[in-house]
Amino acid sequence: MSGKTLTRMDLSEAVFREVGLSRNESAQLVESVLAHISDSLASGESVKISSFGTFNVRDKAARVGRNPKTGEEVPILPRRVLTFRPSHLMKERVAQGNKR
Amino acid sequence: MIRSELIQKIADENPHLYQRDVERIVNTIFEEIVEAMARGDRVELRGFGAFSVKKRDARVGRNPRTGDAVEVEEKHVPFFKTGKLLRDRLNGK
Repeated sequence: MSGKTLTRMDLSEAVFREVGLSRNESAQLVESVLAHISDSLASGESVKISSFGTFNVRDKAARVGRNPKTGEEVPILPRRVLTFRPSHLMKERVAQGNKR
Repeated sequence: MIRSELIQKIADENPHLYQRDVERIVNTIFEEIVEAMARGDRVELRGFGAFSVKKRDARVGRNPRTGDAVEVEEKHVPFFKTGKLLRDRLNGK
């Protein structure tokens, strides 16, 4: 594993190389894609990207949690969480690519 | 929302771009993330979330039908952690 970390900049650089728009416009497009996915999820709608994966919004019920350090009980309010389920193709490519 | 709807939204906002270029842009972004993870890299998108690769150790599993013990090799799986901003937005903050 090389253990590098990519950021928005690397994604917009890839768009720049692939499509030949300006760097600035490429960066804006990466931002719009992330914004549309976020908006959809914030409205409670799931996002399914074929051959990539599915983002689902799930409702979690309230429960009593515990501070692991002090043992004190703390209420955990009902909340919404996001789960990502990778597609078979993504799982396959990640498994193959990282094989020793 | 599915991939084609996402492409349509981006196309509607960018009438100066050809539809096929919008498709390439959207596909490039997802492809780049998968390629990074296939190399063992992380992709950190502040405010949105981070994609990373987790190692699952080799273990002895069981065939649920027959109950036979089977060796399961070490493997790597994709993982996504939601970013703080998006997590807050899901909860209307």
